[in-house]
Amino acid sequence: MGKSSKLTSVSGRSILKRIDWLSVFIYFALVFIGWINIYSSTFTDEHSSIFDFGTLYGKQLFFIGVSLVTIVIILALEVNFYERFSSLLYLISMISLLGLFVFGKTIAGATSWYDLGFFNLQPSELAKVATALALAKYLSDIQTDIKRRKDQLYAFLIILIPAILIIPQPDPGSALVFFAMIFVIFREGLPLFYLVILLSLILVFVITLMYGTVWLIIGLALLIIILFASKRKTLKIPVIPLSLISVAVILFSLSVNFVFNNVFEQRHRDRFGLWLRLEKDPNKLEQIRKSIGYNTYQSEKAIESGGFFGKGFLEGTRTKGDFVPEQHTDYIFSTVGEEWGFLGTATVIILFSVLFLRLISLAERQKNAFARMYGYGVISILLIHYFINIGMVIGILPTIGIPLPFFSYGGSGLLFFTILLFIFLRLDTNRLKESF
Amino acid sequence: MRKILLSLIIVVIAITFLGRLSYLQIFSFSAEQVLEDPAIKAIYDYPERGYIYDRNGHLLVGNDPAYDVMVIPREVKPLDTLEFCGLLGINKEKFIEKLRKARVYSPRLPSVLVPQLSKQDYAKLQEKMRKYKGFYIQKRSLRYYDTPSAANVLGYISEVNEGDLAVNKYYVQGELKGRTGVERYYEDLLRGRKGVQYIQKDRFNRDIGPYKNGTIDTLPEQGKQISITIDKTLQEYGELLMNGKRGGIVAIEPATGEILSMISGPTYDPALLVGRERSKNYTKLYNDTIANPTWDRSIHAQQPPGSPFKTLNALIALQEGVLDESSTIQCYHGFYVGKKKRGCHCGGGLRNMNQGIYQSCNAYFAGAFRKIYEKFETTDEGMDVWEKHMRSFGLGDYLGYDLPFGQKGRIPSKEYYDKWYGDNRWSSSYIISNSIGQGEILATPVQLANMTAAIANRGHYFTPHILKKIEGKDITEPKFTEAKHTTIDPKHFEPIVQGMADVYRKRGGTAYWLQIPDIEIAGKTGTAENFTKIDGVRTQLTDHSVFVAFAPVEDPKIAIAVYIENGYFGSRYAGHIATLMIEKYLKGEITRTDLEKRMLEKTLEAEYAKPYSGEEFKINERVW
Repeated sequence: MGKSSKLTSVSGRSILKRIDWLSVFIYFALVFIGWINIYSSTFTDEHSSIFDFGTLYGKQLFFIGVSLVTIVIILALEVNFYERFSSLLYLISMISLLGLFVFGKTIAGATSWYDLGFFNLQPSELAKVATALALAKYLSDIQTDIKRRKDQLYAFLIILIPAILIIPQPDPGSALVFFAMIFVIFREGLPLFYLVILLSLILVFVITLMYGTVWLIIGLALLIIILFASKRKTLKIPVIPLSLISVAVILFSLSVNFVFNNVFEQRHRDRFGLWLRLEKDPNKLEQIRKSIGYNTYQSEKAIESGGFFGKGFLEGTRTKGDFVPEQHTDYIFSTVGEEWGFLGTATVIILFSVLFLRLISLAERQKNAFARMYGYGVISILLIHYFINIGMVIGILPTIGIPLPFFSYGGSGLLFFTILLFIFLRLDTNRLKESF
Repeated sequence: MRKILLSLIIVVIAITFLGRLSYLQIFSFSAEQVLEDPAIKAIYDYPERGYIYDRNGHLLVGNDPAYDVMVIPREVKPLDTLEFCGLLGINKEKFIEKLRKARVYSPRLPSVLVPQLSKQDYAKLQEKMRKYKGFYIQKRSLRYYDTPSAANVLGYISEVNEGDLAVNKYYVQGELKGRTGVERYYEDLLRGRKGVQYIQKDRFNRDIGPYKNGTIDTLPEQGKQISITIDKTLQEYGELLMNGKRGGIVAIEPATGEILSMISGPTYDPALLVGRERSKNYTKLYNDTIANPTWDRSIHAQQPPGSPFKTLNALIALQEGVLDESSTIQCYHGFYVGKKKRGCHCGGGLRNMNQGIYQSCNAYFAGAFRKIYEKFETTDEGMDVWEKHMRSFGLGDYLGYDLPFGQKGRIPSKEYYDKWYGDNRWSSSYIISNSIGQGEILATPVQLANMTAAIANRGHYFTPHILKKIEGKDITEPKFTEAKHTTIDPKHFEPIVQGMADVYRKRGGTAYWLQIPDIEIAGKTGTAENFTKIDGVRTQLTDHSVFVAFAPVEDPKIAIAVYIENGYFGSRYAGHIATLMIEKYLKGEITRTDLEKRMLEKTLEAEYAKPYSGEEFKINERVW
């Protein structure tokens, strides 16, 4: 305790010396590029100052300012503050999620915000930070052994509670984000078996929708035959588990059919249909492009029209014409595609990838378990946002509305992604200490 | 494994994303997407189409404003329909129907409600237009013709079709383009270049301002004014003379190759193909497949040239040295091809070249033709030499004039006859008809006129052309300003020219009674046999009347070819028209009003009706 106080009291200078400047640089690069594109997406010919807070780009600039102040506060706070208060923070954020059912403000059909007058606070953003902290705290506890079923269950509960609270808002996209934190548990020793099951379920789901149960069974049979053929005779073939698995897969496949046709609503079916390219009839495809697939189609077209070099800053005709809906928020990446071309999109993807890989190496060099686990939480959350958002914008994932970190317009989003990242960078400044 | 799993996932995601993006932005990308971009609209500013003047600066074609009443359906407010319909000159049902159609097309975009109002209707409507919301008047430019003639030369313009759009990216749907004649050939000059303004639009198709601040917009480039070589007065006069006759007239200024007039009969008033009645008139003209008024006979009609062709055979005989001026050939009121006798109208007796020409002796030229071939060891050699000389007069191929269409005519070659009779199984006597311009020879009126110009120039010609000036400056294109020399030495032309002059000068000349006081003309009559098929039976029709002439003999200002279908003797219709045209051009007035009166009144309608009568008929009747 005493040692760490001394360290923090060395204050500003030592923190600035130890902070990972590569991550900080990429963070600022992404925020800057993001704002440029928000400016382009929301710019109108009535020339107003970039500091005009009546405009969306002006507001975003204001939040960038707020984020900078927040970064200073985060770095200034004592490093053990985060671990110590993580449980409390988690509790507060769960209460704030519950409070939405009573005091929530509804925007675009989702009751996800508190109206704070000057801006709308989205507690699910806070919950992401809090959950990452709480999960790290729980897993790093000396009492916890992730090989134990009971402890696995608790860890899952920490993730599941906020997800369950968020789903009825409804905001399935945000809820999905929490599941990404399973990676943290994996890193800490959850058997890979769980991951294999999860991936298999996704695979069976997709195959069932694309090719039907019959082809799935045929494929399964072929797989088993190959298995039998290649097995050395001396080894026993696990007949009983194999047949059990097969039956489970077939049952799941049948239930997928049932759920897809009877439980899902038409709009969900359409989304999956669009994603998996299930519709082949060109007339119906045209229809889909005008209705459910409009966003994806326009965003793909906008990106495509950028070509290799892009049309240039403020020259994106489809951006100016407002052809892509929600372009400054969830579809901000299509502006990058149209105005900056492949050069721009590739730059952004490389920046994100380098940031993630860098954060992993930072996490791995932590002596302190809490810091490492929190680091993995941060990476998981940022990665799933990045993966789902860009995947959706370029048309390889179904439409799930979650923002692109540091890029998309939105005050809460930017603020909490900043907090999320810089808490980890603050912890990293203390990486040589096993405990704080 | 646990440690690298996440890193692996990050790399796989990055590769997937970059793969998808390169597919979209590099492989699917095409530069033409800019044109398909729904966010950019091009607005065109059309320049005025260039005016066309005749060689003396008289206006032939100009532009006239026309007024279309346009409607934007969703901006229409309730209105006094009855009064509005009265002003537009349409009834209420039609008005409602048109409005409905416009709304179906697009409630937001303008549609034409009433096209091409007359000036009078426009004047009435203009003052009251502000009362009718959602309607406006759009000014357009239509072609205006300051002459009822020369439709075949000037051509017409019409809307571009799918084919044009595929071939030339310049045009967009609904634009106009020259279809025939000068309008087509000099389309690029006359049209100018439209200006383009790019407008940025939003997803509701609303304009939200200029694209790229107008930096790539262009200003329209005006269409060029051109003068053509046609003499308006002569052209109009010639068309008058062609009243009720089919055929072609082409007059050329020998010293330049400029086409003074180019007439095809029957023809039509070019104004018929402009304005509201255009499609009705066009269908009517197009469907007249018998008289075929849209078919330009002056460049398309390939007919046997008849006796004017004898002059060329005489020139070749002189050039090859097989005859001289004083050589004589006996005419037995005809000549023999094997044992078969072919007739001659010249009166018979011993003929020299001069008499052969002015009396148009068939026997003399048959003899001359044989002598040309006899000079060479084989017929093939003779044929090659003869063909080479003929082609040097611009016969048997496209002349290269600046009109979009035309026919080659035909000068047969040895290959042609080898195919016809078999290799080497023919001789000069098989093709003796070529000596008098019958047989396998075909020529268009413009080729005959050009051939006459070459004789008038004593051995060279300038490619006939129709363009004289662009924006007041004379053309300098070498193709039209450089002389083309024939393969005949200039010294051989004089006897031929004198023979042609004697056609007018000497008693017994075939056009003796057509000479013009005070002007020396040289000419040659022609009477061409021709056949058609009636119910599959080859039937001879009344001979075509052919005449070529130039004047004055010593300083030729005009060379002319007149071809009148089924006009019988060359001196009759064609000879009359040629002499009248020359007098009109050189003197500006007609002294022999009796000849003029005859040509204006006489028609050949009765002659043309014969093959379609379904009855037996006589040919080559003496009418006057």
